[in-house]
Formats: sequence, C-alpha cells, structure tokens
Amino acid sequence: MKIRANLAIGGGLTVLALAVGIFGPWLAHTDPIMDANLMNAELPPSREFWFGTDQQGRDIWSRVMYGAQISLTVGVVSQLINTAIGTALGVTAGYWGGWWDDFVNGLTNLMLAIPSLIFALAIMAILGPGLTSLLIALGLTNWSYTCRISRAQALAVKSQGYVQAARVLGYGDFRIMFTQILPNTLGPIIVIATLGMGGTILAEAALSFLGLGVRPPSPSWGSMLSDARETITTAPWLSLFPGMAIFLTVLGLNLLGDGLRDILDPQSRSRR
Amino acid sequence: MDKHAGADQALLSVEDLAVYFPIGGGVFSGRPQMLRAVDGVSLSIKPGESLGLVGESGCGKSTLALSILGLVDATTGRVVLDGKTVGGDTDRRDVARTVQMVFQDPYASLNPRQTVRRTLADPLRLHGVSNAGEVADRVAEMLRQVGLRPDQADLYPHEFSGGQRQRIGIARALILKPKLVICDEPVSALDVSIRAQIINLLLELQAEMGLSYLMISHDLGVVEHMSDRVAVMYLGRIVETGGWREIFEQPRHPYTRALIAAIPDPLTRGLAREKARGEIPSPLNPPPGCTFNPRCPHAIDHCRAAAPMLSAIDDGHLVSCWRADEFATPISA
Repeated sequence: MKIRANLAIGGGLTVLALAVGIFGPWLAHTDPIMDANLMNAELPPSREFWFGTDQQGRDIWSRVMYGAQISLTVGVVSQLINTAIGTALGVTAGYWGGWWDDFVNGLTNLMLAIPSLIFALAIMAILGPGLTSLLIALGLTNWSYTCRISRAQALAVKSQGYVQAARVLGYGDFRIMFTQILPNTLGPIIVIATLGMGGTILAEAALSFLGLGVRPPSPSWGSMLSDARETITTAPWLSLFPGMAIFLTVLGLNLLGDGLRDILDPQSRSRR
Repeated sequence: MDKHAGADQALLSVEDLAVYFPIGGGVFSGRPQMLRAVDGVSLSIKPGESLGLVGESGCGKSTLALSILGLVDATTGRVVLDGKTVGGDTDRRDVARTVQMVFQDPYASLNPRQTVRRTLADPLRLHGVSNAGEVADRVAEMLRQVGLRPDQADLYPHEFSGGQRQRIGIARALILKPKLVICDEPVSALDVSIRAQIINLLLELQAEMGLSYLMISHDLGVVEHMSDRVAVMYLGRIVETGGWREIFEQPRHPYTRALIAAIPDPLTRGLAREKARGEIPSPLNPPPGCTFNPRCPHAIDHCRAAAPMLSAIDDGHLVSCWRADEFATPISA
C-alpha cells in the first residue's frame, strides 16, 4: 500500500508540475513581464490576483505559471546531464578500478572540495548569462554524489556471481556494464537524481539572484524567491507561492523517485 | 575410464601453469610480494571425462579455474583448450563456446533484474544466433533439459527455489553447448536434500551432451560420485592425482588420507589418526621443503629440507610425497 501511495502522490505532483510547465502560458491571467503596474504593488491575494502581486505590481499567479518552464527545464535537464556524467564515471571507475578509478576519485574529491555553486559561477562567468549556460553550469557541477554512489554500487555488484558468469559467457566490458551492472545500480541513482533536481532548482535561484542566471524580468521560481527576500515580513505571499511551487515539485519528485525505485526492484514488486 | 579409451586427444591440457599475484608494493612499501596462487600445475581432461579437483579454501582451485576460462593470465605455463592456447590473442568468445562454468551460489550468480529467458537468450544472441524462433526454441529446450518448464522462462530468479536456481545456472552454462563445464562447488550452497538431484542432473546432462567436467570441491563425497579421476590440490600445487578408485581406496599422500579421513563415514575409521593439524599456510610465505610438512603427521627432517616432485607410483597415479611408498596400505572396509 505504501508503495502505491508514494507513487500516486509523487506521480500526481510531478504530473501537475509538468502540466504547469507545459500549459503555464494558457493558465496565466496576465503577461508575467509586461503587465507591471506600480499602483497594484504588493497587493495581498485576492479574487483578482489569486497569489497577490509583487513589488512591481505583477500578478504572482501568472509569474508562477510562467516560471515553471524555466525552473523545471533547469531542474530536469541539468540533472540529466549530472546523472549521465556521474553514472558513466562512477560505473566505469568501480568496474575497471586501477588508474582510472584513482583519476575519477581524485576528480570527485576535487568537485566535492569546491563548493559547486562557486564552480557553477565560474562556468557562468565564462559562458555568460542565459538559460543554456545555466543548464551547462549546473549540469557539470553536481555529479559528484551520483558518481560516488554509482561507483560504490558498481564495486558491490561486480563481485556478484552473475557478473563473473557474464564474463565467462564472453560478454565485453561495456555489455557487462550496461546489462549487468547498470540495472542493478539504478535504484539509488534514481533517488539521488530526483533529490538533486530540487537542489538544482534552488541553485538556479541562487545564480539568478546573483545576476548570472535567467535575466530579470523573466520569471523563474528561484529568482522570484530571491526577489521576495526583502519583503518576507511585510508581504509574505511574494515568497510563499514560488516557495510552495518549489516545495511541492521537489516533494513530488522525491516521492516519485521512491516509488520508482520500489517498482524497479523486482524483489519488492513481488512482495507487494 | 575404459569407455574413453578411444579419445586420447585431450580436450583440456594445463601445462605447468603458474599464476602469481603481486601483493602490496607501491611508492612507499617497497617491492611487492608474490602470492603464488597456482604454482606449477599440470593436468588434462579427455572428452567426456570428469576430473575432480579437491582442496581446501585458498589452495588455488578457483584461480586455476579462472585461468582455464581465460579470465586470469598465466604467469608461466599455458592452458590448451580444444587444440588452442587460452589467453593472449585467442578470441574470448571462442573460449566461451568451449568452456563454461556452474557457480557455487545460486543466489548471487543470477542477475536479479533479468528474466530466465533473458539470462539464457542474451548469450545465444551474443554468439550469433539471430533467428528469434531458434533462440526461443533453444531456450525452451534447455529449460526442459534441466528439468524446468519452458513457461517458467519469463519469471525472475527470486521466484525460484535454490535448487531451481541452480538448474537455471546449469542451463546458462550449457546454452552455448560447451564441451567442458567447470563446476565450482555446484552443490555446497544447496540443501542436503537437493544435492543428490543436482548431482544426478549433472550426470544425466553429461551423458546426453557428451560433456567433460572439471568438478571443483572441498567435499570428497561429491567428487567421489562425479569423477573419473581426481586431483588433490594443496597450496597451489597438485599433490596427488589418479583414478578415483586409486585415490579413494589407496590414497598415498598424507593430505589425501587426511581429507578422506574427514569424510563422515563409519568405514574410514581406520584413518582416524591421519588428521591434518592446524591451518593452511599463507601462499605468500610457504614453508620450506614439502609445503604440507607443518601439518603432516608423518613429516620427517627430509620433508622440511627438500620439496618432493610429483612422480608416478602406478599407471596414472602420481604422488608428491617422500614417504609415499610407506603408505601403500589400501583402505579396506
């Protein structure tokens, strides 16, 4: 029952977030950028402005709807890049060992030692602001945990009899990694990836706040949250609604990740 | 052994094989030590023959198996399989089609995320059977041969019992129709009540498919049922080898006698004083002379000074012991 509840709630929230991301422009009441009216600044939620208005008098509901596009794109795409890099490095390092393992471990330690946001900042400084460079910067800087986890999993799996059996059957290294090791390391990787998505959505907020992410006035949940920092006591709805959007999306992704892991593990599937 | 008299071309011949592993050694720790896992082993298996390889954990049985499979490189000596030298530039897939392996632990040796069908069909496709119908037929046929139903092909390993899982492991080893199958402790992880079934299955399949077996075990009882010839391994070397009758009825090496004495059987009471003392020494630092001397109840000074060679005392019966002639007493019930 627990598995189904995870999957239902997580899947529901994720589908909702994705729906907002795709259909946001139709759900918005006003243009999120152009419809600024200082006469309406910082109005509390009302019938006209469901989520209230911000310092420039823009409708927060519309901005949250539009912001989903940027936040979800950053979260999903950069996390896909992270997962691909981390898994590729981790599985090969764990399986091959030797100098490659030492090299990957050194690289991972380096990544863990440098705060990833600082590293992302440096990349952004080179590439310049914008969505594409944001995706690249966040996609290159948050793979160290995925790498660690997948390396540990690969080490554990490679000593299993079925990997030995695959070698005896004449499988090549890459075939063994794809058919024997990867499927048996996927559970924790999915969980790390979904957890990390929340992190990258927040990292996008930080970079946007520093002026290196999505440029204002384009709305993203993170930049809205950053903008609302000064008015958190006087007009809490400015931070509440983008914050809730991030919270519900991250919660949904985590529950979905949990549910997926349970489904992907055939042993727990039969126990259900 | 008479039934194989016509086939004198060896299917497998291991020639003076040694496998050393460097242990330690680095920038700060000086020269690496050499672990002599296999230290000059020669043996051969004819088509259709079963050779039992017996020895304690850590004596080098598994390393020997891995080098026969081409997964560990020989330090010296060579392995010739079906006329071709294993390792070097020999194609790994050629080796795979000739020799396969049945693993000890049926729980760890099956990929939990692959159905039985995938476990059996993937190797066929890898080895060039591309026709979907032929793959399906061979999988179904193989399952029938190991005593499972073809409709069980789409189940996952955890849906089977330990004995059934070992049948799947055997099916995987035989799906490529190898000539030699290395069985690494094939029943020691199974319930005693299931062992006989699996042993009988292996014997039936041997007759059906004309297989040769290298039966690795620390349990002489299993080897006794399954082997035409027996080789006893101690600390990387073969200390005694011969037909199973000679080994079980006239064991010459004190180590073989100790192993036989350890079989729980009221008839071997006569060998009660033959027990080996202590533990197997480290292969990093083997004792001088005969490597068995610290544990041997019959060791004399000469055993501590010089290592005996494996020499024939009878047709096909080889022993490496200075005092082998003194242990000619047959074990009689």
